[in-house]
Amino acid sequence: MAQQRDGMVEKRGAGLWLTHVFMIFGVLVIFFPIWLAFVASTVTQPEIVQPPMPLWPGDRFWENYSAALFSGVNVPVSTMLFNSLVMAIGIAVGKIVISLLSAFAIVYFRFPGRTFFFWMIFLTLMLPVEVRIVPTFEVVAGFGMLNSYGGLIFPLIASATATFLFRQFFLTIPDELAEAARVDGASPMRFFWDIVVPMSRTNVAALFVILFIYGWNQYLWPLLITTDPEMNTIVMGIKQMFPSGDDVADWPVIMATSILAMIPPVIVVVSMQRLFIRGLVDSEK
Amino acid sequence: MEKRVTFKGWLLPVLLIAPQVLISAVFFFYPAGQAIWQSLFIPDPFGLSSQFVGLGNFEFLLGDKFYRTSFLTTATFSILVTLCSMIPALFLAVMADRLIKGSGVYRTLLIWPYAVAPAVAGVLWLFMFNTRVGVVSWYLGNLGYDWNHVLNGGEAMGLVVVASAWGRISYNFLFFFAALQAVPKSVIEAAAIDGARFWRRFWTIVLPLLSPTTFFLLVVNVVYSFFETFGVIHTITSGGPQQSTTVLVYKVFADGFVGQDLGSSSAQSVILLVVVGLLTVFQFKFIEKRVHY
Repeated sequence: MAQQRDGMVEKRGAGLWLTHVFMIFGVLVIFFPIWLAFVASTVTQPEIVQPPMPLWPGDRFWENYSAALFSGVNVPVSTMLFNSLVMAIGIAVGKIVISLLSAFAIVYFRFPGRTFFFWMIFLTLMLPVEVRIVPTFEVVAGFGMLNSYGGLIFPLIASATATFLFRQFFLTIPDELAEAARVDGASPMRFFWDIVVPMSRTNVAALFVILFIYGWNQYLWPLLITTDPEMNTIVMGIKQMFPSGDDVADWPVIMATSILAMIPPVIVVVSMQRLFIRGLVDSEK
Repeated sequence: MEKRVTFKGWLLPVLLIAPQVLISAVFFFYPAGQAIWQSLFIPDPFGLSSQFVGLGNFEFLLGDKFYRTSFLTTATFSILVTLCSMIPALFLAVMADRLIKGSGVYRTLLIWPYAVAPAVAGVLWLFMFNTRVGVVSWYLGNLGYDWNHVLNGGEAMGLVVVASAWGRISYNFLFFFAALQAVPKSVIEAAAIDGARFWRRFWTIVLPLLSPTTFFLLVVNVVYSFFETFGVIHTITSGGPQQSTTVLVYKVFADGFVGQDLGSSSAQSVILLVVVGLLTVFQFKFIEKRVHY
């Protein structure tokens, strides 16, 4: 047969061509909402409110994006971007640090209450903040942490996924390493810093990607506790840019903000694709 | 599994575990306990005192027409989101798996929507279907279909389902694609030699081999549509029209923060807690066993 074969059953010729057509079609359909948002962020308001809006970008890119970044609607988008960045990094770093420490304690020590603490952490495994919003809100308000970074970050790092991930990983570290450290008289913390942490690097990085996205994309929690526009995060702030009542929304600026809101997580996911997929698979196991 | 080699001492490990235990206690156990406690009371309208009603809040909820409707809405919503995100994802993954070259490029492009927050996805879809400026609704209008999700509950549901499923397609695609890549080529080739065509191979060999992944994704997607779609619903419909898109999590928010009905909202939290617990048990019992075939 004259057909080219890369493998026994891989498609070739017309079949391969058709597969590409399907894939391209799928990608186009999935990308269409993003494309439309981008186009809307580069044209003028009248072009949008007189439907149908154009499907090809206009020439107002700089005007719209600088309007969004430096004046916004309630607050400059650059402020919201900064808040989101602090929140996402705070959640990712905070969760990783406390999880590394507690997983190390659970795996490498026998101490009174160990089983109790273990189950206590285990219980937090799958209860999203959405379920306990009212009382959690009251706790945060009681601490005077409304409109603060602490209030945005702390309630969201009370979950055990990362702890379990690290526990699983630590259990695979050969016992000989701990043995050697003990024989050499190295302190537990020295073993932690010199052996455990460097060995966990890939896991930490993979988890960072997942947690960064998780933190960046939070909506309900920031919506409740940031009443001051200065503290809004970008993901929750977009909705606040819509006028109440019959006023017309400032679509170009709102869509520019939407694009800005997705750029950081998209960069993280696409540039760290390998780590991201690994983290995704690990954290769901 | 336990370590044979451990370090001595008890103060150090207690200090190491303290931050996590403290944060869990303050921001998790205390609020969860509060939710259970408050669910047994009805506060007076001024918040000065509250009256113990036992399981009264629960009784009221279970008899409440709106709450039962919300259960039904949530079930419809989750089933639709799960189907609308898994079927296209499976199709795309099967297509990508057939390619020897270029599947990486498609994968990179298809990952994008995962990074887009549900609330932002809501804004994007709202923009396309906006009754005044939306491109899609405008073209639908030209075709003679009068799209109005602000008034029509069915259309509102359709819109929040599609907006919620959109980002999930990426996630499901990644898992299906990884699972497909793990299917042994020898099995496929043996079937091909026996003369089985592509779709026959798919139904009789590939799909059964994918069942652990499929079951896993089913549970994960249901959990997602229960808890993580608040942003989509809040941005697009705010639960309306006439509560047609008020899912359980949205109702906790609407009754607790907008309606200030703390007793009922807490009781709803407790019911959701039970639902999450059941889902977790289900996941551990059925899925974990099936994942490793």
